[in-house]
Amino acid sequence: MGVISNGTTLLDAGALDSGIATGAMTLLSTLTASSSANLTFASGISSTYKEYIFKFIDIHPATDNVGFTANFRDGSSAYDATKTTTHFYAYHSEGDDTPAFGYRTDQDLAQATGTLNLGIPVGADADQCITGTLHLFEPSSTTFVKHFLANVSMSGSANDVHNSYASGYCNVTAAIDGVQFAMTSGNIDAGTIKMYGIK
Amino acid sequence: MGLISDGTTIFDAGALDSGIAKGAMTFIKKLTASSSSTLSFVNGASGVVLDGTYKEYLFTFNNIHPSADDSNIQFQVSIDGGTNYNVAVTSTCFLAQHGEDGNNGGLAYYAARDEAQGTGFHDFMTDLGNANDECGAGFLHLFNPSSTTFVKHFIAKNNIIYGGGDRDFNYNYAGYFNTTSAVNAIQFKPASGTIDAGDICLYGIS
Repeated sequence: MGVISNGTTLLDAGALDSGIATGAMTLLSTLTASSSANLTFASGISSTYKEYIFKFIDIHPATDNVGFTANFRDGSSAYDATKTTTHFYAYHSEGDDTPAFGYRTDQDLAQATGTLNLGIPVGADADQCITGTLHLFEPSSTTFVKHFLANVSMSGSANDVHNSYASGYCNVTAAIDGVQFAMTSGNIDAGTIKMYGIK
Repeated sequence: MGLISDGTTIFDAGALDSGIAKGAMTFIKKLTASSSSTLSFVNGASGVVLDGTYKEYLFTFNNIHPSADDSNIQFQVSIDGGTNYNVAVTSTCFLAQHGEDGNNGGLAYYAARDEAQGTGFHDFMTDLGNANDECGAGFLHLFNPSSTTFVKHFIAKNNIIYGGGDRDFNYNYAGYFNTTSAVNAIQFKPASGTIDAGDICLYGIS
């Protein structure tokens, strides 16, 4: 059954009509950690959207002083797309030690296939966690490299805050069809990652 | 009454079915300044939702115009429904700037605008000019404020016109309110004077 109002189709065939505004940001999937080795979005990334956003909410590691990482799948079963990236951060401690701000050559990548650190070192105290966003642009392109931008706020293992920015590109023309998040060591004890599509 | 189309439930019991795409960003509340001393979003008051309904809340700032020159628009959160705004916060701040005359371009950490367990109002739009066309705009993300386990992280960015001399200031903040109590209110106010005009909108991200 359909519904037509003043000559405009509102819904038909079990769905709202495409002309009905439903918002440009669509929640696609939610993964919740529970002593998880990784949180992996193995499906749902396609040409449907030109941009995908991943929100990490209160990611809490099992192990202190570790990095929170991402990696990308480019056609095989492995999450090992070649990446070139930048990383800079601002840092400030609860004890008001001298803050830091600058580029981190120890966290960038140059044509590397290993994991990308989004924030390091995450603390594992009961109230510590890392939170932020990763944008992935047009992962289905088979013409261009795949750019991404990330920004996190993190409770560091030394009772400090890190505002970290990582960005770069997967230097592949194969489609990116999966994204995996993990700690550099140990499990993701708790936390949620949501994937959205942007029209 | 429900509505079923081709076997698919479209809506029932006064709501769209959960399977119907509705968009993940929900507008909650808009506050418009008019010589306002404070602008407050308190959970449960005046239609404001700031609780466990959403894991992330987004505040947008449009054309914030202060009454005083070189104004400092600040913010703090509350864990007691807006009675007190005084939660310890640790944060970072860095600033990019550039003058209309082409001078003063730069990027640096701004230690005077960060906090180390401070309980006062946190700087947000600092040294904001009040000439007729001057204002500030930006956004603030507040993550999982209802958590009773974790600290409450925020990430914020804004762009203003420097009141001291026609310069673009781009502030970047991140930090956490160091409490495991649920945050249920947030207040924005100028350090002196009022917010003459502008609006702040609150959105929930599903």
